[in-house]
Amino acid sequence: MKCRVCRAAAVVEVRRHNAGFCRDCFLAHCRNQVERTIKEHSMIEPGERALVAVSGGKDSLALWDLLLQLGYLADGLYIGLGIEGYSDESAVFARRFAEERAARLVQVDLPDDFGFDVRSAAAADHRVPCSACGLSKRHIFDQATLEGGYDVLATGHNLDDEAAVLLGNVLHWDLAYMARQHPVLPSGDGFPRKVKPLVRLGERETAAYCVLQGIDYQVEECPMSAGNRHLGYKDALNAIEERSPGTKAAFYGGFVDKAAQLLADIGEEGREGLHACPRCGSPTTAAQLCAFCRLVERATGQRRRRLPVSTQ
Amino acid sequence: MRNPKREVEVRGPVGALALVRQLGYNREAVLVIVNGTLVTGDVTIAEGSEVEIRPVVSGGAT
Repeated sequence: MKCRVCRAAAVVEVRRHNAGFCRDCFLAHCRNQVERTIKEHSMIEPGERALVAVSGGKDSLALWDLLLQLGYLADGLYIGLGIEGYSDESAVFARRFAEERAARLVQVDLPDDFGFDVRSAAAADHRVPCSACGLSKRHIFDQATLEGGYDVLATGHNLDDEAAVLLGNVLHWDLAYMARQHPVLPSGDGFPRKVKPLVRLGERETAAYCVLQGIDYQVEECPMSAGNRHLGYKDALNAIEERSPGTKAAFYGGFVDKAAQLLADIGEEGREGLHACPRCGSPTTAAQLCAFCRLVERATGQRRRRLPVSTQ
Repeated sequence: MRNPKREVEVRGPVGALALVRQLGYNREAVLVIVNGTLVTGDVTIAEGSEVEIRPVVSGGAT
């Protein structure tokens, strides 16, 4: 197979583009796709400071590398989730990446800074671990972005992630969630701007990007994610994609272009009744404490502690 | 675990895409790395090569 751009030997194919790329042209393809996404959705303005949520996995490290390569100001945020046999190793990948590039990595540790881990919190709050994990991460992402004075939070969600989430939302006709599934969530109501610059790239592409850029990442999956519904949706979509390349991009891309606007009113309704949590100040629709503060209280029997994020 | 590590021996030469299918994987869900280098599906893998079929699907934290 020859590179579509320069006719050298290809090392990776991207079937939905009906293309093979050599190493250099593939890396350029990834940069171009991300820059195009950022510009099209006004994700990050020149001079703005971005905080990148990094886990040590392929998507978040590829994202951080791409943002730095494209010249954006981007610090990383790593959250230690206290998952045995997994979290410690993921931290090593995140730290090594940051050290190699002299990039700033903000580190928060659930056990050390808040006194709980995902598994114990889930049990105490009557949730499955994925729920406690997502709730904690989203809360800390928002708080760290605001308290650190960053203009925007960037996450490594790729095309496959978004297509799988969209499929799940459509299967259950969860219009409220669909209304909030957009590559950019604007700031306001106490939330920072949140962006997903990788949504034009599939998982094979972010993995290939890391391999070809020599970025070491954690290949192992979270031990608590095995058999979950999200992976089932991905399997289903990949079965379709194998036979009809381009389906995931048409599904998700078409939704963003044609359908998301129709749900804008439902998205507005979801933000009614927001007020500041009396304990931590973050926005919530809950009657009193926000869901995260309730989780911390149940998991530790204590008030939450402050995030170790300094303002610049 | 969703992606347990396992080692198999396969007789070469074999096409990269054919190997992926032979081992029961979906080509959309894996990368093929031969002797440390990423390869496309149309490449023929020689006998004696070390091949990594690397899953790319993340189900938890990315």
